[in-house]
Amino acid sequence: MIREKVRVKSFKINGIDVTGASNQTILEVAQDNNIEIPTLCYLKGLSCVGSCRMCIVEIKGSNQLIPACTAKIKEGMEVTTDSPRIKTNREMILSMLFSERTHTCSVCVSNGNCELQNKAHELHLDHIQVPYHNARFEIDASHKNFVNDPNRCILCTRCIRVCDEIEGAHALDIMDRGIDTRIIHDMDEPWAQSLSCTSCGKCVYVCPTGALYEKDISDEEADKKRSIIMELLERKAQQ
Amino acid sequence: MINSLEELEALANTKRCNEQNCQEELRVCIGSSCASLGSELLKAALDEAIKTSNMSAQCRVKAVGCNGLCAKAPLISHCNRATKQSTLYEEVQNADIPDLVQSLLNPTSVSHKHCDTKQDFFAAQTKIVLQNAGIIDPDDIEDYIAHEGYKTLFETLESKLPNEVIEEIKKSGLRGRGGGGFYTGLKWESVAKVQSEEKYIICNGDEGDPGAFMDRALMEADPHRILEGMALAGYACGASMGYIYVRAEYPVAVAKLSHAIKQAKKLGVLGANIAHSGFSFDIEIRLGAGAFVCGEATALITSIEGNRGNPRQKPPHLSDYGLFGKPTVLNNVETLANIVPILTNGAAWFKSIGTENSSGTKVFALTGHIQNSGLVEVAMGTTLRTLIYKIGGGIPDGKKFKAVQTGGPSGGCIPESLLDLEVDYESLKKAGSIMGSGGMIIIDEEANMVELARFFMDFCRSESCGKCTPCRVGTVQLTELLDKFIDKKATRNDLELLQNLSYVVKDTSLCGLGQSAPNPVLSTLKYFEHEYLEGISDD
Repeated sequence: MIREKVRVKSFKINGIDVTGASNQTILEVAQDNNIEIPTLCYLKGLSCVGSCRMCIVEIKGSNQLIPACTAKIKEGMEVTTDSPRIKTNREMILSMLFSERTHTCSVCVSNGNCELQNKAHELHLDHIQVPYHNARFEIDASHKNFVNDPNRCILCTRCIRVCDEIEGAHALDIMDRGIDTRIIHDMDEPWAQSLSCTSCGKCVYVCPTGALYEKDISDEEADKKRSIIMELLERKAQQ
Repeated sequence: MINSLEELEALANTKRCNEQNCQEELRVCIGSSCASLGSELLKAALDEAIKTSNMSAQCRVKAVGCNGLCAKAPLISHCNRATKQSTLYEEVQNADIPDLVQSLLNPTSVSHKHCDTKQDFFAAQTKIVLQNAGIIDPDDIEDYIAHEGYKTLFETLESKLPNEVIEEIKKSGLRGRGGGGFYTGLKWESVAKVQSEEKYIICNGDEGDPGAFMDRALMEADPHRILEGMALAGYACGASMGYIYVRAEYPVAVAKLSHAIKQAKKLGVLGANIAHSGFSFDIEIRLGAGAFVCGEATALITSIEGNRGNPRQKPPHLSDYGLFGKPTVLNNVETLANIVPILTNGAAWFKSIGTENSSGTKVFALTGHIQNSGLVEVAMGTTLRTLIYKIGGGIPDGKKFKAVQTGGPSGGCIPESLLDLEVDYESLKKAGSIMGSGGMIIIDEEANMVELARFFMDFCRSESCGKCTPCRVGTVQLTELLDKFIDKKATRNDLELLQNLSYVVKDTSLCGLGQSAPNPVLSTLKYFEHEYLEGISDD
């Protein structure tokens, strides 16, 4: 394989001149420059899937909105991360996420430590714009340490990616499609019976909501260790 | 094994001579429409009857692909080689077989089943892609070769450089027939110029739009033309491997293609070192398991790789990072079926057909409230009025025309006021619809447009893969909103939400499925807003 040379590229984000390496994404360069772009499915250290559509940005010359997490930077491009069009779309997307399943913060283990909840604060979303759909799913509490409550899942697939890419077990995957999409263990086995799950708990640590959580812990202990992924990757690199 | 152009022509001549010995030919359509009415049994019975009347030496019974007029299936055509006359019989039943056999001696005996081949349905068409459909036996490679098949491939390998092939396709102005309308020549060029040891050609036969059956008919009627088109694409782009992705719901197409590939490999027109040219090209079939989204380029590729058929964000484009991470050309069945005629007759000839920016022809599947439902091929720029009234024969039962839905769940509805629209990629887009793959559903005055929009939205809802938020949740929200209008329980706010939500889903979805899912809603809102207003109860 021919390895592409990494070059420095200069471009603009919201009118500010920035530079980045040619293999970086718009999101990475924005974060390096303290420019806030809301994300949900993105997690540093994992592959990018561009599925939640929160990080959509505009690029001058294109009519399309593209996710900043998957878009590689280009010399001279002009990126806008916040415009009325982007704002309207983000609010509606976040509304849709809240409407899809059952996100009742007051009874959730992740209340106060939830990325979905934080996003609503950031976007000043105090009510949702679409009717609640509230699909019902069965909770899997079979595992001795962890619970999977699909009713709080936003299908960001971080759990699937961390299990596959960092732990290397690929115990998790997706079943069904559309609105019925679910995260499953092995061939839709109860968690406790999954043969490939190593019970490492990384999926729980990276979950942005209370869909995956630890049993028998206090509120203070429920703090998710999302940065653990980068720590693990750095250790791996040192080895 | 055929080793050269001369040997190919010799085989074609032998086949033609053998055919001449048999003066009469009865061609029975075994395309899916006719087959569903028992045409295969009809063919067997006809074979038997010819044998028992000792006419086998004089008359051959041949299975052929779709001839287009599916509304009158099963169709059988009778050709006389000496007089070069051909008669078409419609709605043939088992009881007509004795008469049909008689007709070989006395041509008037089945006149009540005559189908006029001079009628507008046939006369107003321009057949390029469907040229061989209904004429050649799809199971017989020699029949294809006798109709100049594989000659273009052999001539090209002998006398043209890959970049000359690409130039020719570029000059022809051929655009993707799957709906996108991207220039095929440019697509090929972008893959040809990438340095890579492995490249792939993929034929997209995952036709999934409700009411569309153009690709099915093509694959069933003339599979070798698709294989030849793929081999030429492979030569032009520097690929030696091709995949045909066909949905498993098309068992006849799969059978015809598999058989065709086997025959082509046996004769050496596919495989290693074709005609000692140094060019090798192999084709394999992959079956789709019924997901509509797998017709989307990136999802299709993921599916061929053996994974769940989910789309991924572009870029990277397929020309840089396609199947197994290699540069890949993905073309629709009909696009590939256009390659051979373009290279045979030249780009200028192709460019002379159709409109300035959309050259050539387009195959449409006419369905819905229309007299002559079936498969038609017309030059680009033909008006909707010609398509629906002249070729299609108008609306049955004396009812009035209301709208035509083009492009399936990704397309839109076009009202009566735009019937004189000359159909090409740009004009349909301007009217709020798309060319799409070629499904054309005609709707009469009795249909409710909100219900129609709901049908397509529900289709997208059940076919959404669930990966991105706007498509996964948006299609459900939109379906439920449309239900409110149908139940006449909607409010003014619902109408506003319907519009806003449609724009969000269109603007922010990950792949083409979600991006185009609101089109049926938006186009019916544009032309039939009063039907939505009728569903509002708070005025």
